[in-house]
Parts: sequence; C-alpha cells; structure tokens
Amino acid sequence: MTVIDRLSWARNAGARLTTPLHPDDYLSLVNPLWTARELRGRIEKVVPETEDAATVVIRPGWGWRYDHKPGQYVGIGIQVEGKFHWRSYSVSSPPRRDGHTLAITVRAMPEGFLSQHLVDGLQPGTIVRLALPAGEFVLPEPPPARMLMLVGGSGITPVMSMLRTLDRRGTMPDVVVHYSSTSAERMIFRDEVCDLAERHDTLALHRLHTDTDGILDLADLDRIVPDWRERDTWACGPAPMLDAVVEHWEAAGLEESLHLERFSLKLEGDGGEGGTLRFQNSGKEIEVDGATTVLEAGEQAGVGMPYGCRMGICHTCTVTLVSGTVRDLRNGEEHDDSFDRVQTCVTVPVGDCTLAI
Amino acid sequence: MAISDVKEYTHLTEDEVDQIGRELDALRAEIEESRGDADAAYINRIITIQRRLAVAGRITLFASRWKPAWIAGTAMLGVAKILENMEIGHNVMHGQWDWMNDPEIHSSTWEWDTAQPAEQWKHSHNYIHHQFTNVLGHDNDIGYGILRMAREQKWHPANLGQPVYNGLLATLFQWGVALHDLDLDAIRKREKDPKVLAKQLGQIKRKISRQIGKDYIFFPLLTAATGPANVVPTMTANMTANLARNVWAYAIIFCGHFPDGALHFTEEELEDETRAEWYLRQMLGSANFEGGKVLHVMSGQLGYQIEHHLFPDLPSNRYAQMSQRVRALTAKYDIPYTTGPLHRQYGQVLRTIMKLSLPNRFTSTDQHVQPGQDQQVARGRRSAAERPTRSTQTGGWSARSQS
Repeated sequence: MTVIDRLSWARNAGARLTTPLHPDDYLSLVNPLWTARELRGRIEKVVPETEDAATVVIRPGWGWRYDHKPGQYVGIGIQVEGKFHWRSYSVSSPPRRDGHTLAITVRAMPEGFLSQHLVDGLQPGTIVRLALPAGEFVLPEPPPARMLMLVGGSGITPVMSMLRTLDRRGTMPDVVVHYSSTSAERMIFRDEVCDLAERHDTLALHRLHTDTDGILDLADLDRIVPDWRERDTWACGPAPMLDAVVEHWEAAGLEESLHLERFSLKLEGDGGEGGTLRFQNSGKEIEVDGATTVLEAGEQAGVGMPYGCRMGICHTCTVTLVSGTVRDLRNGEEHDDSFDRVQTCVTVPVGDCTLAI
Repeated sequence: MAISDVKEYTHLTEDEVDQIGRELDALRAEIEESRGDADAAYINRIITIQRRLAVAGRITLFASRWKPAWIAGTAMLGVAKILENMEIGHNVMHGQWDWMNDPEIHSSTWEWDTAQPAEQWKHSHNYIHHQFTNVLGHDNDIGYGILRMAREQKWHPANLGQPVYNGLLATLFQWGVALHDLDLDAIRKREKDPKVLAKQLGQIKRKISRQIGKDYIFFPLLTAATGPANVVPTMTANMTANLARNVWAYAIIFCGHFPDGALHFTEEELEDETRAEWYLRQMLGSANFEGGKVLHVMSGQLGYQIEHHLFPDLPSNRYAQMSQRVRALTAKYDIPYTTGPLHRQYGQVLRTIMKLSLPNRFTSTDQHVQPGQDQQVARGRRSAAERPTRSTQTGGWSARSQS
C-alpha cells in the first residue's frame, strides 16, 4: 500500500474543502507531480542510444507503483500541439521498489510523429501522462533455468529490462540472446549487451547485422542454438519476424514455451455479435459487426471519440454505456449495467447498444 | 413580432442563406484546424490563475475579522468564483476543450462550483437553450420561467411583480439555475416521471450539501484556528463572493439574449430548419456587448454571445478573432448584429423587464416591428417528446437523469 492509499481519509476530508475539485487539483499547483487524479511524470532526461533511438527517463508522480514486472510496457501521453497523444513503450529500466524514475527506450519511426517527438523534441521538465505497467511478456518468478531471447531491432527494450534485472540480482541463468539489427550503429544498447555477455559466462550473445548478413533463417537455429527446443523463448521484434517465429515453434509443437511481444494489441476471441451502436449525445448511429470496436465504430460514424493508447491500458477512451451489452475482447467479460464506464478501444457490441457521447 | 421564418424576415434568398451557412462552416473548420499549443496554454493558464486566486482568497480570510483582509479575501474569492463559473466551467462543459484529449479538462468529467449538478446543466443549457435559442415555448432560458421577456408571451397579473422577481433572480441566481432542469411546470402538471425527479433531486441535494458545507460550515470553522472572531466574517465573506458571482452571471446572461435587437421566434421556425437557418436564428437571437479584454475574460467571452451561439463548442479564446469575420459577414448580407456597451445593453434588459410587467397595451415595443406577426404564445414548456432531435454542435450532455 502506498503512502497515497493510506492517506485517503485525509484526502476525502480535504475534498470537502476543495469541492467540486479534488485536493490534488490544488497541490499540483505547487508541484505538478503532486496529483494522483491522472498519473503523471516529468521528463528527467533524454539519452541518445543510437542516431534514431533514445532512452527517456521519467520521474513519475503520485499514485505510481514501481513494481512493474521486467518486460512490461507503460502508456505515455504527450501533449503535442495542445492535444494528448498516447502510445505504449516497454520499460527498459529494471523494477526497483526504492526507485524514483523509470526509463523507456524509443526508436523514432519514419511515419511515427510521436516517436520522432519523443526522441528529438522532448525537453527535460516536460510533464507527461502515464498509464500503469501492463503486459504478459514478463520474466517469470523464478526465472527458468534455460532461456532464449530472439530480438529484432527495438524489440530489445523489454528484453533489456529482463537482462538488467537478472544482472542486478547476480543470478544469470543460462541465457542465449539472438539480437538482429540492420547495422551495428543502429543496435540499441549494443555496448551494454556486449558488456553483460562478457561479465556473465552463462549469457551467450549472437549479433546479426541484417543489412550485410541478411535476416535470420530460423532453420539455422539448430546450428546457432542447438538446444533451442529445450529453452523457454521470448521473442520481440517486427511483425514478420514474429509471424515466422510462431510458425516455426508451432511446427515443432512448442508453442507452449514461446512468449511474444507484438507492440500492438492482438485481440483474442471471436468478438461480439455486432449490432447497431447509437451515440446518444451526438445523435449518430452505425451498424457494425462483432469485430469492430466501439471506438472504431464511433470514429467511422464521425463521433469525436476520446482515445489514447488504443490497447486498453490508459482509460482515456472510457465512455458511459447507457444501454445494451458490450464485450471486452481481452477477457470476454461482458458489461451490461447501464452507466458502466466502458473502455471503447477494447470492447465490441453484443447486440444494439447506446453510448453517452 | 416573433419570427416564424428567418429567411423571410431577413429578405434573403435560399441561396444566400446557404452561402452564409457555408461561410460559417468554413470559419468553423478553420478554427478547428488551427487549435494548438497556444489555446491549450490559454485554458491551463486561466485555470491556474483561478485556483491560485481561490487559495489566496481563502487564506486571506483567516484574518477576516480585520476589515481590509475581509475585503481583499472576498474580492479574490469573488473573482475566482466568477472565472470558475464563466470562462472555465461554462466553456469546458460545452466541450470547448475536449479536443485536447485531456481527461482533467473535459466536458464529460467537469463539475463546477455552483449549486446545479453539471449533468443537469448540460441538458438544460447545451441542449435546450442552445438548440432552441429564443424559440418561444421551447427555450426555457427566456425569462427562466419567472420573468415575461417577450411581448408574445401572454400577460398574467403575477407579472406585475417582475421588478421584484428580477432582483430575487439576480441575487439567488445559482439556486434558480439549480432547479432549472427539474421542469417545475411538468411537476405541477404531474407529467414528470417520478423516478427521474427523484434522481435529479438526489443529485441536487448532494451537490448543494457539499457546496453549503464548504462555504458556510467547514471554511468558517477552520478560520477559528486564527481566532474565533474570524468565523462569522468568513461566512459573510463567502456569502458575498457567491452573491457577487450570482449577480454578475445573471447580468451577463441577460445581456446575451434580451437587449433590444435580439429577436424571438415561434415554433414554426423550427419546422424543417436547415443548418444555415439555425445559424441565422443564432445570430438574430443573440446580442454581444463591447468591452476590454479583462471584461471579456470575466464574462467567459459571452460578450461574444453571437459567436458563442454560432460555435458553442469552439474554444472561447478564439471568439474575439471570429467576431471580426462574423461581423463582416453580417454586414455583407445586411443582417443585424446587435452589440453595444454593457451598461446600455443591461439598461435595455431592465426596461423590457419593467415594461413587460404590464399588459402590452400600456407600453410600446422597443423592437423593430414586423407587421402581421404580433401573435400570442401560450405559457409553459415543451416536453421532451415534443422536441426535435438534438444537433451535434452545442456541446454534450449525458442523459443519465433523463432516461
């Protein structure tokens, strides 16, 4: 329990004085991080890693919990031209209960204006919004005795958080890291990964520069990591690489031992049944199938839907359900209580629904 | 003289009306496109100033038994409450700042420092008042169901008391507004759904108890820490700040639609009303007032009432800029654009209140009379079922208490 939770009675009492605002609305005038209404963080520094990637060190404000699992990602909301835009990035720093900062490592994508902004345009001192860590791509407790990390490009970030955690604990199991990057210069954390491999006999590093050597042919795994079938595998990288990995592991009947991070939400389940969505306040209506999220449907209908991470973590897109049922695509859970607040980016309609927007 | 067809009244052709609509749509698109950092900085700065003023005022009142501290504290708190109500609360709840995608400054979550719950206000104001602006029998803001503000409204002997009711409405404005969405008319006729009524009353009760608790119990008691002699002066200071906010909000709002030149409409106008005609009705039914920058900020930019009614959900800090374009447009098509200094506008409002306390035959109209349009309109409000469906641009409201 954090200090904030323990002080909740004082905050409730304070709210009688600050109503209709929250005490945090006034405290954040003193220090912008002294509020737990929306999770916030301050940019401490931006450290260049390669020419197009940088590590962003963030000091979170009240309400943050430093107990993320190595490998998880966080949502970050940045105000660009007045508007908050959300993305999710893997935490590259290891979890520390006594920590005061967290770090994410971002590669500027050619079309990604937010990642460009994070790498090039972010000034220390900027206040950003945060969403708590999430994700299943994590280091298990205790770690398995033998691991294989298949990494492509900026897919190194969650893996780095795991490696740093193992390094800090001084209990490096038998780990093979296969790290593909277009060139040595573009290899994020190159020096640190090499240094780890040098210091730990049980950590083997294979580097592949795909510009000159071509991409990894998974058939070569038998030669590079002969015992890959006996290892728990974590794979993180571009979508085509992950698709190939999934196919290869399935062919070997080993999908149980494979862990993936795709950097975009892959919704499971067959969705809802679809129906007519009514947007009460804007008076708009649209008929959608059971695979279209409420957010996408609203955008198609021309409703000004709030949105954030688009993967169910930041809650920016939450809207009140007036009537009908929606299904959460992540777990199949259904919401049918009138006036439930639903996350539109991960829910689909089950029959006709009305939303208060 | 209530208008049943804006096109006919303005002597414009259908094409001209459509052209006006297109020009206003283009202006809207231009502003939407150019919203950015400077706008976000504006609302954040106003919010910061307002909260600092409120804190400074409350702290100063810890010495309120000393007269200068009472005066300074009351003034700061009063200004803070006015800003909170007008430039911040009203405009945030219209959705003017929703484009920032900031859940802390969003119409769906904002609650304001006044007796009416935000949810009910968004219905009575964003929907009823902004969509049916100045349509007799539809827009309940015409006299707030208390005052007779249009000659077309039937006179009743009770109207003789208008000067007194007006004073009461000004001083108790927030309490009047708190009851506004209940629809006392429907309650009297026993047409109101008891479940909805109970829900709305519950919301109002909770809101009022927190508001009264803050201003009249907890803060006064807290100032006893610096001497029990501060308790009563703090109470009177808070009451004075609330009173100042009430009177100011009342005056600004009445200057928006009741000076000479702001016209009323009959419900025939609503039939098949196009978007362009809706724009026209907003321009004819609203009145601006002139003044400096500070006056406009303190009135939530409602000195640009015409622009606000054309674009209720565009950021208020842009209304001044938009007014130049709107004014040029009205000049081009020879449409009235009502404006004047604040004192003159309010003087006209007061004169209308006085005159209309008497039956029409005792007074003359101050409006430009249209022959053959002097029809009488029944008193009372329309029920939800009798109203056309809502338009999208007036700002949101959640129907939680309506369904």
